[in-house]
Amino acid sequence: MSVGAPKIPVTVAEVVDVNALIKRFRFVRSDGGALPTFSGGAHIVVDMDDNGTRRLNPYSLMGDPADTSGYEISVRRDDQGRGGSLFLHRQVKPGMQMQIGQPVNLFPLDLRARKHLMIAGGIGITPFIAQMAQLAARGERFELHYAARNRALGAYMDDLARRHGGRVRLYLDEEGHAIDLKGLLSNQALGTHLYVCGPKPMLNWVLTTARAMGWPDGAVHSEEFLAPPVGKAFDVRLQASGLTIRVEGNQSLLEAIEKAGVEAPYLCRGGACGQCETEILKCDGEILHNDHWLTAEQKASGCAIMPCVSRFQGKMLVLNR
Amino acid sequence: MSQSALQGTIRSRPVYGRLDVRAGTSHLMVADGEGALSILEMLARAGDGAGAVLAACHIIYIPGANGTDMGDRLATLGADQFWCAPDYATAQPRIRRVLEGARMGTQIYLTGTEGLIGQVQRDAMDAGLPHTGVQTEHRGSTARRVQCVHCKGITEHVVTDPFQCSHCGLHLFVRDHYSRRHAAFQGVNIDAEDQGRVPPAVERFT
Repeated sequence: MSVGAPKIPVTVAEVVDVNALIKRFRFVRSDGGALPTFSGGAHIVVDMDDNGTRRLNPYSLMGDPADTSGYEISVRRDDQGRGGSLFLHRQVKPGMQMQIGQPVNLFPLDLRARKHLMIAGGIGITPFIAQMAQLAARGERFELHYAARNRALGAYMDDLARRHGGRVRLYLDEEGHAIDLKGLLSNQALGTHLYVCGPKPMLNWVLTTARAMGWPDGAVHSEEFLAPPVGKAFDVRLQASGLTIRVEGNQSLLEAIEKAGVEAPYLCRGGACGQCETEILKCDGEILHNDHWLTAEQKASGCAIMPCVSRFQGKMLVLNR
Repeated sequence: MSQSALQGTIRSRPVYGRLDVRAGTSHLMVADGEGALSILEMLARAGDGAGAVLAACHIIYIPGANGTDMGDRLATLGADQFWCAPDYATAQPRIRRVLEGARMGTQIYLTGTEGLIGQVQRDAMDAGLPHTGVQTEHRGSTARRVQCVHCKGITEHVVTDPFQCSHCGLHLFVRDHYSRRHAAFQGVNIDAEDQGRVPPAVERFT
């Protein structure tokens, strides 16, 4: 467990096949009580016991933030991934008891905005579903541009169109649709905030275009959870704990630390929140930084590592943990 | 006139940078007093790029409370629009109107005294921009705009510390604690516990 708040025991209430790649899961509290209120853009970390391997993956909450009777997440199956999405797709059935973390929001709406312009790619739609429910209830101005490979994979579009009408627009790659990003960004009233969630190339495209067109950084928001990359096994010395541990190739450094019984802080487990930042005491080798948290200068100085997604290769790594 | 060397003390105290021409669909520049110089210098540094900026540029200038008036030099730059106002209160409706009609991608440059920068930054925030979404450069007077935390009255051009609130008459210690919402530093009664023991006023701002 990390950073204070206790885990929430939940029951899987519903598993829905949304399309060939995506399943939706609904969790309710096992004790029948209300779940904590959250804000649009929040995620939870789902605790999985995959045949003795503990998996802790973050997923955006997609329900209406005002509905505390249950939490809903959508999971895209990743056949090449480390196994979290496969576990959810194959093993998790209605009635199962699981544990989830408290909701944490690293992708909140800026409610000072005059208008919210949202761009989603694929499964990146999920935080926006919650955000739009929140905005619609407040009577705020918003607009969603949602790109998917084809209509079948454009999960939730019909539902969103029914709820939000012309404020949502779908673009299908296979039908040759493309978001006219420059046109879109050049015609937004001052005070519009831009939000983007989707695959990395889309994120880069939107962020670079917005910057080149003079959008201030503070009005541009993005979220990308990284899955810990698979790599080569390495050893690491945990100075404060007096342990030397091995990090297997398909294990993250954070997971290896936890498996050794050492308490380590975390929130998102996806390189975004900064909670697990760990001081490097000695390093003879190369840190493979994979996070969005440390600045380029911090990465270059080799003073810290984000054990949730980053790895090491070389002779010796000693951490203050 | 050299650039300002206002230092950050506590985190709340605003710090200022140097204006640089940035890519954008249009440009709004608001300056008072010596702030005119930082606009002139910025455009000079931009070299050949200055023409395109000026073609889509709206400059609003307010002569300094200290009498500094460089409006003529800005007027002849050839900006798409140039407008001179006697003070911020007069300029504010125009500034707000420009922000209301502006699109994202508009670059906003604020320069001159802290009071002007802070108040136009607040206008931009009211228009929905993040406070970091404007460029600022301090020039000229360091006199402060101070809010009395007791009566809430605002006194402009405060140069001494402590000073006497122009509204309620309390003797106020000028803090570095700054409010973006009020665009003012906070002034706190200096003899609240020991009434009448007011240290002599020192000229801290010029």
